[in-house]
Amino acid sequence: MKLTLKIWRQADPQAKGETVTYPVNDISPDMSFLEMMDVLNEELVNKGEEPVAFDHDCREGICGMCSMYINGEAHGPDRGITTCQLHMRKFKDGDTIYIEPWRAKAFPVIKDLVVDRNSFDRIMEAGGFVSVNTSGNTQDANAIPIPKEDADEAFDAATCIGCGACVASCKNSSAMLFVSAKVSQLALLPQGKVEAKRRVLNMVEQMDKEGFGNCTNTGACEVECPKGISLSNIARMNREYLSASLTAKD
Amino acid sequence: MSFFTSSIGRKVVMSITGLFLISFLIVHLAVNLLTLVSKDLFNEASHFMGTNPFIQTMQYVLALGFILHISQGLILTMKNRQARPQKYAMNKPETNSGISSRSMLLTGVLVLLFIFIHLRDYLWEMKFGNLGGYETDYDLVVGLFDDPIYTAVYVLSFILLAFHLNHGFQSAFQSIGVNHPKYTSFLKTLSTVFCIFVGVGFSAISLYFFFN
Repeated sequence: MKLTLKIWRQADPQAKGETVTYPVNDISPDMSFLEMMDVLNEELVNKGEEPVAFDHDCREGICGMCSMYINGEAHGPDRGITTCQLHMRKFKDGDTIYIEPWRAKAFPVIKDLVVDRNSFDRIMEAGGFVSVNTSGNTQDANAIPIPKEDADEAFDAATCIGCGACVASCKNSSAMLFVSAKVSQLALLPQGKVEAKRRVLNMVEQMDKEGFGNCTNTGACEVECPKGISLSNIARMNREYLSASLTAKD
Repeated sequence: MSFFTSSIGRKVVMSITGLFLISFLIVHLAVNLLTLVSKDLFNEASHFMGTNPFIQTMQYVLALGFILHISQGLILTMKNRQARPQKYAMNKPETNSGISSRSMLLTGVLVLLFIFIHLRDYLWEMKFGNLGGYETDYDLVVGLFDDPIYTAVYVLSFILLAFHLNHGFQSAFQSIGVNHPKYTSFLKTLSTVFCIFVGVGFSAISLYFFFN
């Protein structure tokens, strides 16, 4: 396959950045998108040019590192996958492909296609945990009965890999799908209910502080999410936040 | 108070005021449809709406509802734009979301402009004016739709309103946390049916009097 790549190049966080065009040849349709990027980078290195910086780690769709906005969609045109699982057969010979970093104030570009997603970590630090004493006498997990539906829903929410595709796809750069998944996975289970009120209040407060936008229920995040996290999590967070705001004592 | 300045708090305000404005729309449409039934019945209903103390009080609540809905909408839009300082060179939002959900500001602002025209020509004339020279409320309603451009502006505004409602109605429930596998798909269908009903209902009145 022959392709024309239009890639965002930005030397550092302060640099202005621009779209640079790179032609690539000899791309196999069986390659993953990241392998195609590797081919390009090898060519650039051989020419003595700076390779394109992009995030990647596990390359099997579970770590959430790869983060490219490909041809106008987070993780490219395929559904339910991350960029490492996107194959070049999804494109046609001669295609022009735009490759951009996630765009959000809360995800500043570090270099080229790499963005700083520490804002997600700070939201987790604000409440995405349960406080458990680790005195050595850990209770048997099965001692607390949990309805199957709740366990399933919590598990579905917990499949969020924190990649940020929801923020990238949202026209408002809202982090509601991510935060609601993290709120839900804990709020649904008995161990998480203890701190549920404080958790949702603190996590939403941190989310707002980070400069993410507001949810307008377009549903774009759910469609683009590689793990299919449901909008019902956002509704749950809205409920949790509403009731916590009304009833929290401090 | 931090609730009302939080992202979710503002959305809850949008939702509650939006649903309240929808309840007003239903009453408004119900009264207007009486024009198709009989002149006397509409004039009577119009007189009731203009003099009943409860309705008169609700007018101010309604105005407050509009102000809150519009101001929060503008603040949210401003914040949302700030959340993405750099736009994408290539973006395909149509692949993951509907047109009505992405154009709420546009449809909202255009409907607001329409409301200004509408208030000037009707509410103002009925409350403070001389009914634009017409004899009764009914004659004023019927009379203004003689003009093809005026009628076209109204019908276009109702189509925009329908788009606004298509997203707004069901979205209001999601914002206050009402999402359930049993009821959400029903609410979405109801939202579409309702927006078509409102759009067609109001347009039908304008078009009926234009052609008659």
